[in-house]
Amino acid sequence: MEKILQVKDLRIQFNNGKENIQPIRGVYFHVNKGETLGIVGESGCGKSVTSLSVMGLLPQKTSEIVSGEILFNDRDLSRLTEREFRKLRGNEISMIFQEPMTSLNPVFTIGKQLSEPLRQHKKMSKSKIRETIIAVLKQVGLPRAEQIIDEYPHQLSGGMRQRVMISLALLCQPKLMIADEPTTALDVTIQAQILELLKNIKRKNDMSLILITHDLSVVAEMCDRVVVMYAGEVVEEAEVNELFDQPLHPYTQGLIQSLPSNNKRKSKLFSIQGQVPKPSEIKEGCVFANRCPFVFGKCLTETPPSFQKGKHISKCWLQDPEEMEVKRIGESSTVIS
Amino acid sequence: MENQVLLSVKNLKKYYEISQGMFKEKIVVRAVDDVNFTVMKGETFALVGESGCGKSTTGRAILRLTEPTDGEVIFNGTNLALLPYEKMRSLRKHMQMVFQDPYASLNPKKSIRQILMEPLKVHSKFDKKESLQKVISILQIVGLSEYHLDRYPHEFSGGQRQRIGIARAMILQPDFIIADEPVSALDVSVQSQVINLMLELQKEFGLTYLFISHDLSVIQHMTDRVAVMYLGKIVEIAKTEDLFNNPKHPYTQALLSAVPITHPKEKKERIILKGDVPSPANPPSGCTFHPRCPFAMEICKSELPDQARFEEGHTVNCHLYSQNKEEINYAISHS
Repeated sequence: MEKILQVKDLRIQFNNGKENIQPIRGVYFHVNKGETLGIVGESGCGKSVTSLSVMGLLPQKTSEIVSGEILFNDRDLSRLTEREFRKLRGNEISMIFQEPMTSLNPVFTIGKQLSEPLRQHKKMSKSKIRETIIAVLKQVGLPRAEQIIDEYPHQLSGGMRQRVMISLALLCQPKLMIADEPTTALDVTIQAQILELLKNIKRKNDMSLILITHDLSVVAEMCDRVVVMYAGEVVEEAEVNELFDQPLHPYTQGLIQSLPSNNKRKSKLFSIQGQVPKPSEIKEGCVFANRCPFVFGKCLTETPPSFQKGKHISKCWLQDPEEMEVKRIGESSTVIS
Repeated sequence: MENQVLLSVKNLKKYYEISQGMFKEKIVVRAVDDVNFTVMKGETFALVGESGCGKSTTGRAILRLTEPTDGEVIFNGTNLALLPYEKMRSLRKHMQMVFQDPYASLNPKKSIRQILMEPLKVHSKFDKKESLQKVISILQIVGLSEYHLDRYPHEFSGGQRQRIGIARAMILQPDFIIADEPVSALDVSVQSQVINLMLELQKEFGLTYLFISHDLSVIQHMTDRVAVMYLGKIVEIAKTEDLFNNPKHPYTQALLSAVPITHPKEKKERIILKGDVPSPANPPSGCTFHPRCPFAMEICKSELPDQARFEEGHTVNCHLYSQNKEEINYAISHS
């Protein structure tokens, strides 16, 4: 399968004036053409920073890509200049942001904001631009598109604003769309509408989609493949069915088990003890070691490499072939079923 | 013990008026419109609905954090709506609230010691030494420890802050806690810790919760009875299991069908509602749900539906069930 985006050993460093911290440490993943990749993780795990780096939207003064490559159609994005990025952004790659309330400019009409990418990237006449915008607004299921184009964001509800954001991302028919928590700020009934819309659009326009979320049920609903991130690292990568049936990393297992629907009513929920370490607190060894129920000596001293089993990759010492042998002889209880 | 009524809310209303300028008629926003329900001692009662449906306002109006426009709130036999301010204040030691946003509900300038001492001071329940011991013991109960006492809220993570919020509500040993979306601002792994804490506290102290949330999976997990709200009105009340197995109101059915799946292989029939929730300033006539309802009839556009009662306290406000006997039977066999 053709890979549209490859991220290899990405390391990003932030400088806050006093010290350097690395919120992203060696992230690998790829997106195939036409698939939906989910990036899951809790707040602060670096999923948004990763996506911003793909878009070239990291703050220039305080952040730096230390090493690694971001290959989009075999072109390395991490070395592009701002000028070159402008040609790409909104044209071939586009992004939907989390907060539909704050990511639209309140002082411009919807039409004005939506015409910007077309004026930047396509040579079109004014009337053609208007036509295109109305067509896209209709495509995302907005009623009375001809009137909405002249309205301001405050006149629309949250769900409608998110539809406007999606149409903004769709205008130039991008090959890759990044949706950063597209439904977190919305109600369940509206969330169901928006997810349905994203599915249809993806199928129709033959795009690839990166869906960033902390919500495992959105992943189950939408994705083909999933990358699980924890504290700036990819800890597991698998096909969606495989991930839900046989999660290999203890963190993923904990996340899935702690969903209320996977526990008996009124019983004590399974929970992962402790909390995510801050980037400055991370020491050597496995990042999850301080919360892991299966932790053993090696976890505290050595960072685990990625172990691959078919298409299922996980970064945990328990998946080490040698380790598994030892465990099986030693204590059978720690071997994950 | 089980069937003792702790709180009953009767015809509770909260209207906000928006001035349109001199000589123009004011717009009345009916945030909470004629809400009735009772909460039994020791149970967890949930209010569920989408944003803007008035569930938080209901919670605040019960505690009189916003003054209700009309209606009665009877708590242990006293009508709270009529009490003078001072009396109400002293009664609040029996009823406390946990707020939604743990980042906004703790004063950043106060240390944890000050935050937790304040309710004890206000209600002057204990002397200084005793209070301190109380504070320490409550911190331990919610899973923090003594050395956190002199820290400030910004030094804690979201989950820890919510624990402090719960400790603050628990320290007066109330009988009744209103929890307004206590876990919706938290990450999944922390969310389960806080839910566990709330369940443990309930078991240990025999608390009664009014649990306000929009997250149906959490509600299904931890509540006994549920009231579904839409546009300031309660449309359905039922036991949690009953509601999830057999939702009767079309809105509840759509809401439950919109709950995301938990496994990629699970297939789900979705009832996708058209449009958005209408503005409460200008609600539709008749049944407020009729513009989005897939079963809307003529009568729905003009008349407000009455309450229809079913077995085990399951009540529904919908014309589908209130028209006449035959249709009730029809509706039951097809729901």
